[in-house]
Amino acid sequence: MELKTDLTLDAKGLACPMPIVKTKKTMKDIEAGQVLEIQATDKGSKADLEAWAKSAGHQYLGTIEENDVLKHYVRKAGSEENDEKKHPDVVNNEDLDAIRKNTATLLLDVRESAEYAFEHIPEAVSMPLGELDERADELDRTKNIYIVCRTGNRSDLAAQKLTEKGFENVYNVVPGMSNWSGETTKL
Amino acid sequence: MTVKNMTIKEVTNKVLNNEELFLLDVRTEDAHQDWKIEGENFSYLNVPYFDLLDGVEEIADQLPKEKEIAVVCAKGGSSQMVAEMLVEEGFENVYSVEGGMKAWSEHLEPVKVNDLKDGGALYQFVRIGKGCLSYMVVSNGEAAVIDSTRMTDVYVEFAKELGVKITNVFDTHLHADHISGGRKIAEQTGAVYWLPPEDAGEVTFDYKPLRDGDHVTVGSTNIDIHALYSPGHTKGSTSFIVDDQYLMTGDILFIDSIGRPDLAGKADDWVMDLRETLYTRYKELSDELIVLPAHFMIMDELNEDGTVAAKLGTLFEKNHGLNIDDQDEFRKMVTENLPPQPNAYQEIRETNMGKISPDNEDQREMEIGPNRCAVR
Repeated sequence: MELKTDLTLDAKGLACPMPIVKTKKTMKDIEAGQVLEIQATDKGSKADLEAWAKSAGHQYLGTIEENDVLKHYVRKAGSEENDEKKHPDVVNNEDLDAIRKNTATLLLDVRESAEYAFEHIPEAVSMPLGELDERADELDRTKNIYIVCRTGNRSDLAAQKLTEKGFENVYNVVPGMSNWSGETTKL
Repeated sequence: MTVKNMTIKEVTNKVLNNEELFLLDVRTEDAHQDWKIEGENFSYLNVPYFDLLDGVEEIADQLPKEKEIAVVCAKGGSSQMVAEMLVEEGFENVYSVEGGMKAWSEHLEPVKVNDLKDGGALYQFVRIGKGCLSYMVVSNGEAAVIDSTRMTDVYVEFAKELGVKITNVFDTHLHADHISGGRKIAEQTGAVYWLPPEDAGEVTFDYKPLRDGDHVTVGSTNIDIHALYSPGHTKGSTSFIVDDQYLMTGDILFIDSIGRPDLAGKADDWVMDLRETLYTRYKELSDELIVLPAHFMIMDELNEDGTVAAKLGTLFEKNHGLNIDDQDEFRKMVTENLPPQPNAYQEIRETNMGKISPDNEDQREMEIGPNRCAVR
């Protein structure tokens, strides 16, 4: 399966430590918040990449194994966690869990599509923050729109954007997926 | 820049001789905590290689200047890189452990246990990294291999060097912690492959059923291998009495621990089998028999000559697992608070049944980690 990413690194055929050495270098070429796909054949690369990402502060999304190729997905750490949230209408994870199945609810997941693919709330619709400007017209204005991301910052930006565009019932879900304990759909 | 390598054979000698060594383990913390090279006088520092990519200055003051430093990783690539960086940083006694933990897991050290009557001999193959023990009984040009590992070349070459032909291959039970080389050796050498039928219900290949009371001779001098049904670790677990002197216990009884009954999913059913074997069947045997198990867990179980062996009478005195009078207490000990199960033990069992045929690389991955077949 294909997941949308910002850059792909081919580390196939390389033995440890090269997949991680190359990944570390390549991360410099993408922006904070973007997703890198690393293709590797070294079986040990999964555990190492996961541990490396944790230690370097990046977000390890997951690994898909396809015909002996391991495709790892890592999202580069950003400064988003420090941003101040501005959108006034906020609900917490528990509130969302209670109303996510209502017909009046539209749950919008604005994380990158690879993040969404590995795990999301079953009712959530994917629309990455970067695509919101072009795709906002697809959204049903009559619904109550709840926006979720990993920690509440991207969803805050998305909520502000939609409000500017004239959407009325828009709520930011905090903290979001990083602390979600309810039902999810996994890859 | 070239860095000196340290072979697994050299590391093994340092373990056996209780020498000092400073090990810089550059695998992940999880991997290090799960399984490492244990030595009486070894000291350790664990820093993953990916935290050292920008330089080793930060750990320089945690490393000894005078002692030998051996850098170890999973397969030998990252340790080479880190060792090179250390040499550039001015460290002189730095080695990269050749082949890393993969080589450590696969290394077999053959140790002669003793001569047998009429020129025969008994060898123990110590798989030091995983704590697995296998055996070769040799007499008059013939050899029998018991509980072999998947590194089959080692046994075949060893037999060739001794000038003997492998005629019988045995597994004491269907292993869950390592992939048996029994079938492969039998195919290569034309030997008979024996398995206890109670464990072989699902195997997909031909074998000769080994039953209680069966006698197999090695060579013309009649060194007798006598099968003794001893269930408990698995339903079919069978012990061997060799040359009336040695008791091969498989995974039923170890030097400082006893077998666990849960690896085939039947802990509750097999507890009483295990108790019956240990407390009744073994009790009826001579105290003078020397126990040769299929595993050890800790380096303390090795004798000074590198063998893992002890008199049955001594074990009845000292092994905690043989000295629990109360049946309920025994049941609790072997069914509750068990150590984690061996890595990929289900897949290993299926491989040993012939149901799946993973390639070498996969087999290696499946066997990563300690054996964990015992309870103490």
